[in-house]
Amino acid sequence: MAKYGDTGSAKPTGRQARRTYEFVKPAEIDSGETTHFPVIIAGGGPIGLATAIDLSHHGVQSVVLEKHNSVSDGSRAICWAKRTLEILDRLGASERMVDKGVVWNQGWVYFGEETEPIYKFDLLSDKEQKFPAFINLQQFYAEEYLIDLFPSHPETEIRCQNEVVGVDNGEDKVTVTVKTPAGSYKTSCDYLVAADGHRSPIRNMLGLDFTGRVFEDNFLIADVRMKADFPAIRRFWFDPPFNPGQTSLIHKQADDVWRIDFQVGWDIDREEVMKKANVDAKIRAFLGSDLEFEYEWVSLYTFKCCRMKKFVHDRIIFAGDSAHLVSPFGARGANGGIQDVDNLVWKLDLVLKGVAPPRLLNSYDDERILAAEENVLNSSRSTDFMTPKSKVSLAFRNATLELAKDFEFARKFVNPGRLSTPSALDGSPLNTPDEDEFSDKQRPGLPCLDAPVSINGADDWFLNQLGNRFTGIYFSDNGTTPEKIKAVGSVQLPVDTLTVTKTKTGGDSIIDAKGLLHQHYDAQPGTYYLIRPDQHVSARWREFDRDKVSKALARATGR
Amino acid sequence: MAGKLRTEPGVDNPDDFYARLIDLHEGLSSEESHKINAKVILMLANHVGDTEVLYEVLEYVREKGTG
Ligand SMILES: Cc1cc2nc3c(=O)[nH]c(=O)nc-3n(C[C@H](O)[C@H](O)[C@H](O)COP(=O)(O)OP(=O)(O)OC[C@H]3O[C@@H](n4cnc5c(N)ncnc54)[C@H](O)[C@@H]3O)c2cc1C
Repeated sequence: MAKYGDTGSAKPTGRQARRTYEFVKPAEIDSGETTHFPVIIAGGGPIGLATAIDLSHHGVQSVVLEKHNSVSDGSRAICWAKRTLEILDRLGASERMVDKGVVWNQGWVYFGEETEPIYKFDLLSDKEQKFPAFINLQQFYAEEYLIDLFPSHPETEIRCQNEVVGVDNGEDKVTVTVKTPAGSYKTSCDYLVAADGHRSPIRNMLGLDFTGRVFEDNFLIADVRMKADFPAIRRFWFDPPFNPGQTSLIHKQADDVWRIDFQVGWDIDREEVMKKANVDAKIRAFLGSDLEFEYEWVSLYTFKCCRMKKFVHDRIIFAGDSAHLVSPFGARGANGGIQDVDNLVWKLDLVLKGVAPPRLLNSYDDERILAAEENVLNSSRSTDFMTPKSKVSLAFRNATLELAKDFEFARKFVNPGRLSTPSALDGSPLNTPDEDEFSDKQRPGLPCLDAPVSINGADDWFLNQLGNRFTGIYFSDNGTTPEKIKAVGSVQLPVDTLTVTKTKTGGDSIIDAKGLLHQHYDAQPGTYYLIRPDQHVSARWREFDRDKVSKALARATGR
Repeated sequence: MAGKLRTEPGVDNPDDFYARLIDLHEGLSSEESHKINAKVILMLANHVGDTEVLYEVLEYVREKGTG
């Protein structure tokens, strides 16, 4: 059963086998009971799966209801950003992704006949990070690796071929009607996470809007398997001889599969474009006539950028593509969605435990709408640059490209995709604004930057010390931490304390031998950072003050 | 270019500026677009003032053709 049957086709011989999952008849069908879960997740795409695993890290019970019986098919996400890998590392999935994926940090941009790039960009601005700027990996692998984590997380389960067909968003619970091949049943939850993709049936059931723009253009996307020694770099062409007047892209994936995009324009005969001979001709024009290749998948896409007005609707919360959809040129779809998960799960946990008031969930709206706006803006601008809407914008676009051959300034205007970066969450109501002098680099709202450290003589990474709980980071000149600093937080809302020091005699503190943490965090002895469970900075001071920390903690938890 | 013209990046948010520039033309006819482009050039030329710089630009764009 194809998940996205309408978006393409594949030659069965060339196609990689995608994993399928067995249908197990839910006990509720025979018992007739309405089981209750703290959280039900509709949709087992990357966002729903990550939500379930993250919740179980907090000890929250959940179930994933997935309509189909297989991981994603078709040509979907390939580029996973550094921040996504950091988040999935907290969940335990990144190691396999990086092992299987293709690491890349650079993009090259070409224009016209020129065989040399008109410019190159490097996406890893801070070096010495655990993860690269990006890896490329077929979306279904990421899904498989997340699914493989389920057996070791008994707090959650996946039910395949369980389709959500009805929701009742009640005052004290959501009741969900589920259809399966063995019959229907009802189940209920405190919160329903609607991660049911861009066509979101749940959004439709609630009659909610999903508005934005359709880009009047078509892109032929082919995943081909071939042995080629092209570099593992995102290579992008404007107006190449093999696709005149249009753009093209080639990018390496795992298993010797390459993603090739051809912009094909708006007024086309879709069937004609998709004919095998015509696809062959395009690929041959690009790759030459002697390379042997097989098709994994070929599809023709039209792209949209849309989002919901609000993501939180009482007890139903939208995450991932159901909440926001972007054109893929910035790789901001799944990467944005994984950040939704990171932002939402700790808040759900605190609200379910009664530690934070339900209004903390409104900050998911504040913070992730801001992020979605950024993603929509950047993706729209890239798409506009590729598909100029008028003669004058085409003239500006081509002038920019010609100037870019000669001048650095013009290269800054060239927009072949602004690739996913984490949202800074500036202005979030959860941030405590700085009152002391600090550099901007790690201001409140930003996710923490990684750095190599050592603990008890062993090499480690800073980010692996953070997450799931609030953490206070105390920068110490001698590795000792005054008792009063450890005594923040409460039993219900614990704050772990980490001590960072440059000196080697720090006991079990984090040794910042290279001083990179001190540099990134503009830290001096005495500096104290309060970090959220999603590794974003909540507040920071030059000097620890218990009252101020308590206030910041209250603020960061919506109290 | 070896002249006085500065060609290193100078606009602080290139994507914002580019989008504003393109939006400026939204809904205009090609004639109207030409006219506002001309106005933009003249105003910026006046701001720059230094004719050595201005002539350097004119020579460059003409030399590189209109293609
Ligand atoms: C060509 C292309 C290239 C892309 N490249 C990238 C990239 O490089 N990087 C990136 O980050 N993103 C990329 N994306 C975007 C990425 O694929 C999506 O953002 C991502 O799949 C969103 O995940 P999701 O879990 O929100 O939704 P989906 O992956 O769509 O999953 C939704 C799930 O919900 C299930 N479902 C639907 N209805 C029901 C129901 N009623 N009951 C139960 N289950 C239901 C579906 O079967 C599906 O499994 C690309 C997209 C395309 C099309």
